[in-house]
Amino acid sequence: MSGLKDAGHLFRFAGLFVLAFLVFLVVRAYVVPKSFGEYGHYRGAAIGEIAARQVKFAGRQTCETCHTDIADIKAKGAHAHVNCEACHGALAAHADDPMSVTPAKLDTAVLCARCHTASAAKPASFPQVDPADHSGGAPCETCHNPHSPIIGSDSGASAAKGGAK
Amino acid sequence: MSGVEGYMYPNEVTLYWSVLIVLYPYITGLVAGAFILASLERVFRVEAVKPTYRLALLTALAFLLVAPLPLILHLGHPFRSPEMYFTPHSTSAMAMFGYVYMWYLMAVLVFEIWLDYRREIVLKSQQSKGLMRTIYKIMTLGSSNISERSQHIDDKVGWIVTLVGIPSAFLLHGYVGFIFGSLKANPWWSSPLMPVIFIFSAMVSGIAAVMLLYMATTKLRGQKIDMRCVDTVAMYMFYIFIIDFSLEMLDLVHRVYEADESFRSLNFLVHTKLYFSQIVVQICLGTIVPLVLLFLTQVVNLKELARKRIYAFSGSLALIGVLAMRWNVVIGGQLFSKSFLGYTTYKMALVTREGLLVAIGLTVLPLLFLWALVKLLPPWPDKNLHEAAAGD
Amino acid sequence: MNISRRHLMILLPAAAVAWKHVLAGTPEDSPNYQMSEHWWGMLIDIPKCIGCGNCVRACQTENDVPDGFFRTWVEQYHRSDYHLETPEVISPDGGKEGFPVVKEGEEGKFFFVPKMCNHCTDSPCTQVCPVGATFITPDGVVLIDPKYCLGCGYCVQACPYGCRYIHPEKKVADKCTLCYHRITKGLTTACCEACPTGARQLADLKNPNDPIHEFLKTHTVQVLKPQMATGAKAFYNGLDGSVR
Repeated sequence: MSGLKDAGHLFRFAGLFVLAFLVFLVVRAYVVPKSFGEYGHYRGAAIGEIAARQVKFAGRQTCETCHTDIADIKAKGAHAHVNCEACHGALAAHADDPMSVTPAKLDTAVLCARCHTASAAKPASFPQVDPADHSGGAPCETCHNPHSPIIGSDSGASAAKGGAK
Repeated sequence: MSGVEGYMYPNEVTLYWSVLIVLYPYITGLVAGAFILASLERVFRVEAVKPTYRLALLTALAFLLVAPLPLILHLGHPFRSPEMYFTPHSTSAMAMFGYVYMWYLMAVLVFEIWLDYRREIVLKSQQSKGLMRTIYKIMTLGSSNISERSQHIDDKVGWIVTLVGIPSAFLLHGYVGFIFGSLKANPWWSSPLMPVIFIFSAMVSGIAAVMLLYMATTKLRGQKIDMRCVDTVAMYMFYIFIIDFSLEMLDLVHRVYEADESFRSLNFLVHTKLYFSQIVVQICLGTIVPLVLLFLTQVVNLKELARKRIYAFSGSLALIGVLAMRWNVVIGGQLFSKSFLGYTTYKMALVTREGLLVAIGLTVLPLLFLWALVKLLPPWPDKNLHEAAAGD
Repeated sequence: MNISRRHLMILLPAAAVAWKHVLAGTPEDSPNYQMSEHWWGMLIDIPKCIGCGNCVRACQTENDVPDGFFRTWVEQYHRSDYHLETPEVISPDGGKEGFPVVKEGEEGKFFFVPKMCNHCTDSPCTQVCPVGATFITPDGVVLIDPKYCLGCGYCVQACPYGCRYIHPEKKVADKCTLCYHRITKGLTTACCEACPTGARQLADLKNPNDPIHEFLKTHTVQVLKPQMATGAKAFYNGLDGSVR
């Protein structure tokens, strides 16, 4: 195109774009995390970071490694499939350092009622009672061993206090 | 739970997209609409609207400069926003924002304004003093060539830029409509019509804004308003308004007719929580009233003063109506539960980062930018500016 | 505890070693865990859920979930015989402390529905993330990278199930991670660990021995909002048609 010199200003404007683009590429190379794109359009290192988060519930297998006697009682009873921490709460800290971290004592009046208070919304086959009617205010462990709750099912161990000495 | 009627999924009770997200499409809509008005003269040779050409471009730029602010203020981590430039996710409409914005700002608006004003910029760089001289000098990019030939080239290139700018403007605002319209999870938003409705209502708002600004600034300068110009602008606004209204009514009728699983819940929403903002403000005051008034000006021979008043009034109502539409889309879409079983309330804060005061500030800020731009690059012929060699 | 001191001295170190082994390694480095060998999902058995809220509390404890937001929650449905499409649903504080008692003799059907992230294979949330801060791992878990997330909230709007939220303090998107930090170490999720009736069970679809395969053969399962075609991997047994 003749008269290119009269279009010189356009080349200057375009030059701004080229410069900006080059700066962008340089900055991008520095700023984008190295693991980005490793598995997909995301920072691959994030997977490891998330997997390394702290565990709060130890999991029943760990509990049963030490508490074999309770595990034995429980395995034969109606609560066989209820995991330890479902009632005792998160105890990975205790598993990590059993001597210093002591699990809290549980209040059966609150704990048992949560599951077993009768409601028409619960499945009919699920064992449920009206706590006031049922025990007249007495705490559940008076008659039921929480680790093997059906009365008379925990042969050998005492009914109250989870079968402890 | 406070403000909740019926059942909301627990995480749905809080609204995550606030009034700032209402403002963002409103602002980019004004940008797109103002630009379309400018392109009417430049590309479609509607000579009558030429007096608004430069003002429309500057208005578009003023609003475009403010546009990212509501987004950045809304983000949980604003300083991470460059990630959208460095690692944009190709499946996300929102990721497009960074590039479309930069393209439209630099390759369309700034480029077109620069080409149109280049002669004045060069002359001012030679005739100003002090700081202003430096500013203008930088804006010349070091070239002082304002020969006939170079201006002819500018004109040709400017035409191409405007031509490219039209689909770019549609993309700049249409993608926002797509952000909402492509979400299958939200039946108030999910619709192929959404980007189209956004674009047409944007055009109405942008044209109304420039028309009002032209009338206001002309009066402030003590000049006579070019009625042929304003009549033409109003006519285009009227036609586009009709299309916009038809699209919105189509969406409404379609919803009512099909009455899918979301209809019962959305219908209740519109009749209760959205009644004022949707029926009263958006539809009646913001659309039907201005349409009727503008229709009047098209079919009845009204005196100049009457027309001016109607244009100003209709334009203002249209601007309010389009803002209400954005509100009804963004906020309305979050007021009902995706279970279709309940509703929540938007508790707009006053002084926080996403509160009402910030929203008002962001609506006023573009006008301040426009004022500065008008001072820097006056849209009106400057009688004092003349070439060094020949008189003007 | 009925363990003699001597017994304890033997057991403790063994337990410690076992525990450390459980805690060891990141998934891609660990010789025990290969992402390509797993494809995670969840089985939720509605007839077994008693609405005790254990799962909600356990999740909150395990994952430091902020108050007022939920990575998992339980809904109680009342489906009236006369209004099948408009059930009455409640979820008081996400069901965290259980539900008020429903008296016998009421008309219609009551039941509980635990909800959580469905870890969809065609997830609309990962599709809309503008920067790649949320993604599905090679082993099928949808995660959020809290160091990369902008907090724009687009993913929250895109999820049809309402399982996402913006963390009020961290200001990034947050949701159920299927306890990724647990399942990659051979543990189950916190919600499954805490569930007393086995209504929630972690499922590894790539494991031929996983009980889910037998379960899927012998039961009728559904996913939430199948019309959304999200490829949801939370499979519900006995999901009523009125569930939203």
